[in-house]
Amino acid sequence: MKELVVLSGKGGTGKTSLVGSFAAIAQSKVLADCDVDAADLHLLLSPTAKEENEFWSGQVALIDEEKCTKCGICQDICHFHAISDFKVDPISCEGCGFCYHVCPDEAIMMKDCLSGHWFISETRYGPLVHARLGIAEENSGKLVALVRQNARSIAEREDLKYIITDGPPGIGCPVISSLSGANLALLVTEPTLSGIHDLERVVGVCHHFGVPALVCINKYDINEDNTRQIERFCSGQGVEMVSKIPVDNVFTEALIRGLPVVEYCRNGVSKEIGRLWEAISTRLGRQ
Amino acid sequence: MIISVASGKGGTGKTLVATSLALSLEEQVQLLDCDVEEPNAHVFLKPNFTKRESVYVLIPRVDEEKCTHCGECSEICAYNAIAAMKKKVLVFPELCHGCGACSYLCPEEAISEVGKEVGVVEIGHSNSIQFAHGTLNVGEVMAPPVIRKVKEHANHEGTVIIDVSPGTSCPVVESIRGSDLCLLVTEPTPFGLNDLILAVEVLRKLDIPCGVVLNRAGVGDSGVEEYCLKENIPILLTIPLDTQIAGDYSRGIPLVEGIPQWRGHFLELFDRVRDMVQNEPSQ
Repeated sequence: MKELVVLSGKGGTGKTSLVGSFAAIAQSKVLADCDVDAADLHLLLSPTAKEENEFWSGQVALIDEEKCTKCGICQDICHFHAISDFKVDPISCEGCGFCYHVCPDEAIMMKDCLSGHWFISETRYGPLVHARLGIAEENSGKLVALVRQNARSIAEREDLKYIITDGPPGIGCPVISSLSGANLALLVTEPTLSGIHDLERVVGVCHHFGVPALVCINKYDINEDNTRQIERFCSGQGVEMVSKIPVDNVFTEALIRGLPVVEYCRNGVSKEIGRLWEAISTRLGRQ
Repeated sequence: MIISVASGKGGTGKTLVATSLALSLEEQVQLLDCDVEEPNAHVFLKPNFTKRESVYVLIPRVDEEKCTHCGECSEICAYNAIAAMKKKVLVFPELCHGCGACSYLCPEEAISEVGKEVGVVEIGHSNSIQFAHGTLNVGEVMAPPVIRKVKEHANHEGTVIIDVSPGTSCPVVESIRGSDLCLLVTEPTPFGLNDLILAVEVLRKLDIPCGVVLNRAGVGDSGVEEYCLKENIPILLTIPLDTQIAGDYSRGIPLVEGIPQWRGHFLELFDRVRDMVQNEPSQ
């Protein structure tokens, strides 16, 4: 079993559109949507939920007004400035329990938080593990780890060849949680100065965690000078640039119909995506 | 007045809107780029930086001479960031939130808090625009401490524009808290709509009013407009899908510099935002 994670640094470069297409092309796989705070893959795969689970993670402090003597110790020691006027702001509270431990009146309790939900679903392309982080909740990294862990169990149980993971944008907590221990990262970028800047940072994260990476330049023809710059950067970093996809409105048209682009049209970009998947599976096979 | 620019979905044009809005204003304006994982506003504004500050989180350092391996620290740590073995205490800095509980509660006073750099904040200006941004170090997980440090530089005398990271989780909440209004930039596609709905829920929870900027209008469907109408969320600016706009963006040219007529549209946007903030019942 091999795990591919699709990342980009910059958002909106086409990660989910590509993962949706890989879902339609690849045989023997489980899909995982690790962009848990803005998950979109389900919009292309029309899943039917088979299992819905609560994600309890972390705690939040709560002050019992009747027991509180307003000594103020909790407010002084909280490193997150989450307590004022002897009330806890649940959004600032990081659930460390420092206040709970020091309160001389035992007036503080720690409450468990329902931080989201995760699902195992069936799609016409195979099983999908996905999640929804609660609104303004923390611990997205832990929810990502849970999604990956369940995708891995399914792959083991059903003896599937691939785990294909749609990752979040950025380079922080949920990205690192999506990446660490994966066999290969596909980095989807675009030839804009922002795209290049963000690609450089996400390549750095892959190097840092020792995950080999391939690069795909989406909308390569909006600025071919920048595309060449990305190609030079990749060869300097020892990262293979495996695919260039042109601008094409069929991505949006397919999305509006709720279809992966390779199912919506058979030509042009779809052929290129087919070649891209072949390059990925060949690379995964070599590992 | 603090205006944050967020989106839910990535790549919808937050930085384009934030930079062009800042460039359009004649009054005192500051741009804070709080997308510390992938900051990009500097690509467009090319600021001169005059100051650079490291951002530290406090992590525990155990004095093995004083430690009696009682295990209190690992019991109280909510993040499993400190593990007391029989003869040694292990600290896992990447799990530590820097709450300080272990250091304060250690009965032997064997734990001190030491700073670990997780990112940097740079401060400067681009012509008349005051500018600050944060950069999370590669390999670090926790963006919020860097975001808090950027926001410490907010100059409340003028207008502050905050460029926010995509998504709806802690870095977004940390960036938009305290804003008078949040502009949500989206695109007319099912992905754009799905993530807009999530972002609106976050803003409602934080009790921050919002307006929508619809980017790349012309392709896609009418889902976003129908949703905004139903939820009574104003669409404050519409930017069409346009090859010149995309080309200028790819070269790091701000919209209002590539096509100066857009300045008027951004000034209208600003007027509408100011009206909304002034008429907000809770203000």
